[in-house]
Amino acid sequence: MLVLTCHACGVTAEETEFHAGGEAHLKRFGPGSSDEDFEEYLFMRANPKGVHFERWRHANGCGKWFHVARDTMTLEVFGSYSAQAFAPPEELLSRIEDRRPGWRGQD
Amino acid sequence: MSTRLATGGRLLNKAKPVNFTFNGKNLRGYEGDTLASALLANDQMLVGRSFKYHRPRGIVAAGPEEPNALVNLGAEGRFEPNARATTTPLFDGLQAASQNHWPSLEFDVGAINKHLSRFLPAGFYYKMFMYPRAAWKHVYEPFIRQSAGLGKAPKATDVDTYEHFYAFCDVLIIGGGVAGLHAALTAGKSGARVIVMEQSDHWGGRAPVDGGTVDGQPVDKFVDGMVTELETLENVTLRRNCMGAGVYDHGYVLGYERLRDDSPHVQGPRHRLWRVRAAHIITATGAIERPLSFAGNDIPGVMLAAAVRDYLVNHGVSVGDRTVVVTNNDNAYLTAIALKHAGLDVPAIVDARVLPQDSQLMEQAKALGIRVMMGHGIASVKGGKRVTGVEICAQAGEGAVLEEISCDAVAMSGGWSPVVHLWSHCGGKLRWDTTQACFSPDVDNPPLGADGMGFVTPAGAASGVFALDDVLNDAFAAADGVMTSLGFDVPRDLKSPEAERRQDAPMMPVWLMPQGASVKLREKAWLDYQNDVKVSDVRLAAQEGFVSVEHAKRYTTLGMATDQGKLSNINGLATLAGALDADIPSVGTTTFRPPYHPISMASIAGEARGTVFQPIRRTPMHDWHDTHGAEWEPVGHWRRPYAYKQGGESTYDAVMREVTNTREKMGLLDASTLGKLIVKGPDAGRFLDMMYTNMMSTLKVGKCRYGLMCSENGFLIDDGVVARFDEDTWLCHTTTGGAERIHGHMEEWLQTEWWDWQVYVANVTEQYAQVAVVGPNARKALEKLGGMDVSKEALGFMDWADGELGGFKVRVYRISFSGELSYEIAVDASHGQAFWDALMVAGHDLGVMPYGTECLHILRAEKGFIMIGDESDGTIIPQDLGLHWAISKKKEDYLGKRAQERSHMTDPNRWQLVGLETTDGSVLPDGAYAVAEGENENGQRNMQGRVTSTYHSPTLGKGIAMGLVLNGPDRMGETLIFPGTDGKEYQAKIVNPVFYDPKGEKQNV
Repeated sequence: MLVLTCHACGVTAEETEFHAGGEAHLKRFGPGSSDEDFEEYLFMRANPKGVHFERWRHANGCGKWFHVARDTMTLEVFGSYSAQAFAPPEELLSRIEDRRPGWRGQD
Repeated sequence: MSTRLATGGRLLNKAKPVNFTFNGKNLRGYEGDTLASALLANDQMLVGRSFKYHRPRGIVAAGPEEPNALVNLGAEGRFEPNARATTTPLFDGLQAASQNHWPSLEFDVGAINKHLSRFLPAGFYYKMFMYPRAAWKHVYEPFIRQSAGLGKAPKATDVDTYEHFYAFCDVLIIGGGVAGLHAALTAGKSGARVIVMEQSDHWGGRAPVDGGTVDGQPVDKFVDGMVTELETLENVTLRRNCMGAGVYDHGYVLGYERLRDDSPHVQGPRHRLWRVRAAHIITATGAIERPLSFAGNDIPGVMLAAAVRDYLVNHGVSVGDRTVVVTNNDNAYLTAIALKHAGLDVPAIVDARVLPQDSQLMEQAKALGIRVMMGHGIASVKGGKRVTGVEICAQAGEGAVLEEISCDAVAMSGGWSPVVHLWSHCGGKLRWDTTQACFSPDVDNPPLGADGMGFVTPAGAASGVFALDDVLNDAFAAADGVMTSLGFDVPRDLKSPEAERRQDAPMMPVWLMPQGASVKLREKAWLDYQNDVKVSDVRLAAQEGFVSVEHAKRYTTLGMATDQGKLSNINGLATLAGALDADIPSVGTTTFRPPYHPISMASIAGEARGTVFQPIRRTPMHDWHDTHGAEWEPVGHWRRPYAYKQGGESTYDAVMREVTNTREKMGLLDASTLGKLIVKGPDAGRFLDMMYTNMMSTLKVGKCRYGLMCSENGFLIDDGVVARFDEDTWLCHTTTGGAERIHGHMEEWLQTEWWDWQVYVANVTEQYAQVAVVGPNARKALEKLGGMDVSKEALGFMDWADGELGGFKVRVYRISFSGELSYEIAVDASHGQAFWDALMVAGHDLGVMPYGTECLHILRAEKGFIMIGDESDGTIIPQDLGLHWAISKKKEDYLGKRAQERSHMTDPNRWQLVGLETTDGSVLPDGAYAVAEGENENGQRNMQGRVTSTYHSPTLGKGIAMGLVLNGPDRMGETLIFPGTDGKEYQAKIVNPVFYDPKGEKQNV
């Protein structure tokens, strides 16, 4: 059972206090989009062995959504950041780079 | 004969004799005994039968690794199957019975299987019981169930209580042997918050039995000293009878504390499940001795050498008068020496090794006059239900018998395996230690925590060091390292104590005895005692291609018994490696999964049973309903009245009465459970246009509109009436079960997609009590209460207004889910009961009666209104339900719009909602399918529709239903056939789903 820190209220808590929301930074495709784009948006998810950016909600706490960068293999948590972001902050990316040199090239 | 000795037994309180029964026989032990030691003291070596061959089984071990001694314990509300005798503390009145025998332990019909063992090799279940297929259900399984089976399932409700306990600490130390205690002292003195869990009820682990001196004093005194000192430290919590059951992600640990297993009559919880978050975990879990694989090693009387020593020293029990010790290491010599000191006979130590010179312990044994046979092994053990002797051979040979030694016990030792389970639970890797022939923790690859650093450190024998001084040094180093990494200062004067060093000779790996044992001998050399897996079975598995250790395990069932292979795994792996001509590390181990040792299901449930199993939500009028005949229906966490029974009427009659009364006079429904979400802000209208399929931004203040919500995948997820309060405030009603889910759904989109939109959502479901006042007399009742104008002119259908009724501040919605004149009235939750009472009084002469959820269902079904969860099931789009009128054509976008444009969603052959009317007036079975001509590719009848809601309508006097039917709306009047599970066929005509008042004249008055 993971321990995560809510980016919105700062509370560090058990996984049971949170609700997992899947891959972060999806781009929504609505009416007018191609079948391929819509399928990609609705169904296709990254499933990396290693660094992953995820959405979590502090469901049994402040109720806010936030983002977490986590290693799906070792369960190392690199950090959490605001849900209101289109991409992970640079500072976090460089921290991950320190821990996992060259991980970006593996995608 | 196994018996109690006149002296010895360091854990016994001989002043306190204890009476207990085994298979109905009255027996006697002492306080401090385990059930196993007390059985042995009463010469009850035979304790069960093996799973497959029903071979007689005796006690092998003295701890949780015991594979055989599983018993049914207690009776009635305290009955427990598969209790391990070696970990069951003895108490006065304990009742135990052996398992897996039929008809009796001494005489077992299934034992015939052992003569058939040639025909029951590895994988026999897969091979033999395949065909004919029906025979499995009717012949094989009933026979196997009757003659085998481990333990019986309890029938009575557990009378004991159980609890969960949450704890946090810097260091959790699992294991209270010398390593664990010493690590605890080091961490405790450094100021860390420490919890120590010891699975048994005494401290010190094996050390007090095995002896030695530390800092010049006997090791048991050293242990006592450490415990005394630890007890003075406020930052240290010591728990005995508390097993570290599992290590999970990020330092989460489950501890299983047995509080009343030795005293069931004492008040208080029986088991306690500790749920601990530890910054770091030290596994000081010790090691387990391995059996040796020789023919007849399963005959009762063959035991682990250390177990023989444990029973002797701890419980003053001799397992036999003449014990042959067979070993590949020095440690087993301690058993021979201890037996000799106790005045018992040790005819020989059979040692597989050939050594250039004698070690310290060998010299000691020889000095006591014990015959030491180097380079020898056991060819075969003689005996049936008890050992009578052993045949000796050369270890290097194939088993030619050199001599026979008569004895009544065999103490075997194949070396020691560190208990790496807890290290491995969360991903700690292992390395193969060639010198000691065991897997031990690879400290360079520990389980990783949230910070990416290792959070488990092994200490003592658990890390693969076995000599007392090594154990203490290792424990100190482990604790010192952990303290430093956590930022604690270890006092400078702390150091590892000095233990006397014993010079042991190296062990020699022995995986088969003798090494060239013939097939005949291998077929009698057991690896897994409980599951009857022999050396020959593992070899056969390898031969048949089960080369992966995980496959071989499942094919042979090696290590799959309740002991989870604590004794058998390494020997099995080594045997497999031998058969594959591979080295052991390349074969690898199977996965270690928690719990380390079975824990009670009740401890997992904890307090969550009976009335506190889960929280129940009650409306403000809950108690009134309860005292007025409500039959409860769970809806989410709510309880809603299903119907209110009057006098002796049946539930069905009550429902019919409620429907008729509401249609003809007046009914009250407690609608407080309906979800109520306030959506407010400058962008609220725009937001609701995205949430609902229809347009909500154009709703006028003071008006209500029915709305549908879909997921982004297009499927209908909820419905309800939306009211607009003012320019930027809306109230959204949701289904009872949907309030929290839909609130979360809205928040998700607001926070993660349209976070720049200015909208707030608040769930006010519990802030209001809501009452539906329904029926032709509804208005009269409200007028009687007096206050606001509730006339059609002042408050038309689908209007809402704030006002006062009977002195209550109310908000009245003119909405109807029944098709009748209807007011849904919200009051502050605290006024709910008083308002309900006032309505009952006002309606008294108007025929008011409360109605429940089933009446509500019938009323809505008569009107053809859909119900989320009946007409929708997560695969239904609003278009399937003929709800096109509630889907905006003007809006560019709403959640689900793009998805509903996909080809499958616009397929004209999607089943569509229709009404169904049985030709004979009977009620269609719920969920029944309408059959079509022909069969599908699986040979099943083709289907063309199904029933989604079905009731008897008292209003219409016949069965009515709704269903989804292929091209349904175009097939009005056609008759469909619905086969029921009762074997009957039901015929129903396709009709308009609105059965009652299709023009809506009744509700719009």
